[in-house]
Order: sequence, then C-alpha cells, then structure tokens
Amino acid sequence: MTLSVRLRHGFGGFALDIAFEAPPGLTVLFGRSGSGKTTVINAVSGLLRPESGRIAVDDTVLLDRAARIDLPVHRRRLGYIFQDARLFPHMSVRQNLGYGRFFAPRAAPGLKPDRVIEMLGIGALLDRRPGALSGGEKSRVAIGRALLARPRILLADEPLAALDEARKAEILPYFERLRDEVQIPILYVSHSATEVARLATTIVALKAGRVERAGPARDLLADPAFTPTGIRDAGAILSARIVAHHPDGLTELDAGGQPLLLPRVAQPEGQVLRIRIAAQDVILSRARPEGLSALNILPGTVAAIRTGEGPGALVSLQTPAGLILARLTRRSLDAMQLAPGTPCHAVMKTVAIAPDAVGPAR
Amino acid sequence: MTGWLGPQEWQAVALSLKVSSLATLVSLPLGLLVAYALARWRFPGRQLLNGIVHLPLILPPVVTGYLLLLSMGTQGPVGSLLKEAGIIFAFRWTGAALAAGTMAFPLMVRAIRLSIEAVDPKLEQAALTLGAPRPLVFATVTLPLILPGIIAGAILAFAKAMGEFGATITFVSNIPGQTQTLPSAIYSFLQIPGQEGAALKLVCISVAIAMTALLASEVLAQRIAKRVAGR
Repeated sequence: MTLSVRLRHGFGGFALDIAFEAPPGLTVLFGRSGSGKTTVINAVSGLLRPESGRIAVDDTVLLDRAARIDLPVHRRRLGYIFQDARLFPHMSVRQNLGYGRFFAPRAAPGLKPDRVIEMLGIGALLDRRPGALSGGEKSRVAIGRALLARPRILLADEPLAALDEARKAEILPYFERLRDEVQIPILYVSHSATEVARLATTIVALKAGRVERAGPARDLLADPAFTPTGIRDAGAILSARIVAHHPDGLTELDAGGQPLLLPRVAQPEGQVLRIRIAAQDVILSRARPEGLSALNILPGTVAAIRTGEGPGALVSLQTPAGLILARLTRRSLDAMQLAPGTPCHAVMKTVAIAPDAVGPAR
Repeated sequence: MTGWLGPQEWQAVALSLKVSSLATLVSLPLGLLVAYALARWRFPGRQLLNGIVHLPLILPPVVTGYLLLLSMGTQGPVGSLLKEAGIIFAFRWTGAALAAGTMAFPLMVRAIRLSIEAVDPKLEQAALTLGAPRPLVFATVTLPLILPGIIAGAILAFAKAMGEFGATITFVSNIPGQTQTLPSAIYSFLQIPGQEGAALKLVCISVAIAMTALLASEVLAQRIAKRVAGR
C-alpha cells in the first residue's frame, strides 16, 4: 500500500504546495516548525480541508477536491498517534484500545489485539485508567489504540516531542518495531534528527511549504548535499545481516558481502539490522590500510563530494554494503586528491558504532 | 405527614415537586442542545441566542411571566395554536412548569456549557480519527465527560424551579391545588393574619428540599468527576 498526497493550501500568507508518496515503511515528514508538516498530516487525516489536492491510499481516494470527494474523518480508517496521547480519560486502557477496533470493519486486515498488547508491553496496564499512567505508558497505549483501529495508514504527529529524553529513548524502539511489523505506510512528522536517523525508511523534507527533497532514507541520508540532520549529525544507514556472535564479545555481520564487526548486539543470528554510521566516525584511505586497529574496512568509490564555507567536507562513498558518508577536512580532500569515481576505503572503528544506532530493519 | 401539614400545604409541596421535575426533565435535552451550540458552533445569531437564553436571568420575573402570558396564553399567538392542538398552559400546572423551566433555563445552560467548554475538542478529534461518527463521538466521549456539568445544571434548575414565584404567579396565578406552588402558598399564608405558622412550615420544607438537592448533586458530581478524571 502506498499513500499518495498532492495538495495546495494557503493560510495567513503561507502557501503550501506539495506532492509526495509514502510507500510501506516509515516516511518521516521532516522540516522545521512552520514548514507545513502538521498541515499535511491534518489534511491526510481529514481534520483540515485543503484548498485543492488529492489524497489516496492505493485505489482508495480519501480526498479529491476536483472530483468533489472528501471522505469524512471517521471513514478514512486512519490510526492517528497524536503528540499528546489523547487517551479517553473516562475509559480504562482496555476500553481505549478497543475503541477504534469497535468501529473498524471486521474483515479489515490488521494485527490481533494480543499481538499488539505484547508488542507494546501494555498487558499489565489494561485495567488501569489513563490518569494512572506515566507519560511513556500513555504513548504506548496511544500507539496500540491507533494500531487496533485496523487503519489503512498510520499517522504520527511528533509523537515523542512532549516526552523527556529518557521517555523518548523508551518509546523510539516501539516505533522501530511498528515500522518493521506493520505492512501499511506510516507517515511520521518530526523535526528531530535522531528520529529521522533511527526510524525513516523514506524521507520527505519540507521547507517553507515545498518538498525540498524526497526519497528513500538510505539515499538521502548518504547524500552529502542534503544532510537533513545537520552536518554534525550526518550519517548513512546500512542494512546488514548477523552472521555470528563471537566469543570475544563482537558480532559479525554481512553487509553486501563485506564483513562488519560490531560490539555484541542482542538480536539473533540471521536477523537483519539497520546500522547508522556517523559521518564523523569514518576515516577515508586511498590504499587499503594495514596494521590498523580499526576492524571495519569497506572498499568503494567516491560518489559525491560537498564542500562548504568552513574547513570541513562531506564525502559519500559507494561500497558493496551501500552508501557511506564520511566527514573530513578540505585539506585532506585536497591531499588525497579525491574526486567522484576515485577508489577509496572507508575505515570505521568497531566501538564507534553506537549500540543505539543499531536496530532491526525491514 | 398529613397530620402535620394541612391539605392545602401538602398540595403545594406535591405540586411544586411535580412542576419542578417536569420543568427540569423537559428543559434538559433542549438545554443540552443550546449549551452545545453555544459552546461549540459558530453560527450567525449565536450572540442573539445567548442573549435570549439569558434574558429570564436579568428581566424582572414578573415581566417574563407577563411575556409568557402574552405569547403562550390562550389568546396569545403561540398559545392559541397550541390550544387547537389541545395543549393549554395558562392557569394550569403545566404552565407553572413552563414558567419555572423558562426561569431556570439560563442557569442550566450555563452549567452545561461550562462543562462542555472544559472538554478538550482534541479528544473528540481523536475519536473521529478512530472511526466514530459524530453522534457516537458525542455519546461515548463528550457526554460521559460532561455528565457532572449536566447533573449540576439539572439540580440547579430544579432548585430554581422550586423557588420560582414571580413569573409563575403572573402567568398561571395562584390557584390552590392547581397552580399554587410552595412559594405561592407561602405568600398566600403570609397575607392572612395568624397563618405565619403554616408559612414557616413550608419555609422549612423549602429549605430542606433545596439542601437535599444540593447535597445529592455534590455527592453525585464528585463520584462522576473521579471516574471521568481517569484514576
């Protein structure tokens, strides 16, 4: 299933004119506040009616102003996860979870309640009321409630923004699971670099009401010209399958035929991981380095280079494992005579790959 | 009870309870609708509706009663139509209920409206996104959350109806056994020398009923508020 959105809307001297597609997986609608993210998600949900546009999930048209189709909110079959959990205070957790399910068609596909409750770890909360839940628990129940409505698409409007850092770290993995388990598109509004890096499979970057860039996260995050998360936090993501857990505490992975060593991860062998490699943790070398303590060396060729005003530069490297992004100085760039097409090696310290940058991948 | 109270006094108490109950029950759905409209809908004439609803609160009750007599009396434009349909308000106990309901209406609307305004519309939006049609959103989310306000409004209206005097006596007069409510009866007894004792008994009953209603509403509202607060 794919969500396709095309809409135009103006309000208060601000014009929104965008078009994008959200395939299955998690599409992060990324941009600063005021870029139009929330307007887009509210138009998709039907809480806001855009001046013109068309919104559809595969063949199901939710809105088409030209054809005078405008499905009311309650018939769009969405799962909307709000920033404030918006649980019904007069209902128990169980009743909250059952609310959307009650209105969903029986035949609609979706995860079973038991599975959702287990996935979100909310089994012990079922008889409690929202007033007795912590912030993180509320978030999890809100995710479950949206999911159990058997939606065609999931919408999340900065679901972590209201939580403190510890709660964010607690909830983020649930969104990773969600991304990897549900087969429907998830449209996730965020302005957080961490969330983009950890969660996105597709990125739609908005700027002043326009789509600045859109595409698979793998490509966009490794594009030196883009860096939606800022130069400092730039980093590419790779997929790698766990080959073996070694007795010395390392986990060996296979990334496009290349071995990759990581500090021990919890997932079992055979599992595919999504690994984020920060650009500033990558060293480039023209010759294959030897006698080096760093364990991970990926051969490749320079794909693109971006130099800015300052002393730094970003280089993307096409390797068998995928695109890798490296941050280095312009001085090194000149000394190594790097240009697109130059063969090169990316060197990464094993311990530099932070455990929180590793998660399951779809 | 009948030994302590004379038949006329007993009639007045029973009639007042009947009149106030009818006034409260009938005006409740209308009060809910008006309160919801004033709290949530933006429509032309909203301020006008607000003004009309509050009019009985600021007009002298005698004026409200006279206006009711003019419009709803058997000769009045509305009253004559209703008379053909077999509904007569003037000088009947139903007319006393109409007068009491009219006077109590603004208090009821205010209490319910405040509770509706306290409900976060975002909760209703959330219910919509979960697939609930509007009427069911109201029934399953809004209504349970405003129940304390509805109870408070109903009790307030009931108490106001019990005490209504000016509009009632103007609209339906003071006929023992027909339209003589508690306050009218107290007034009548006070007009006759030597009847202060009977008046005082009715005053005590009046106070007791009002206090009981108030306490009952407090207990109920607290219990519901606890449930609604989600703990």
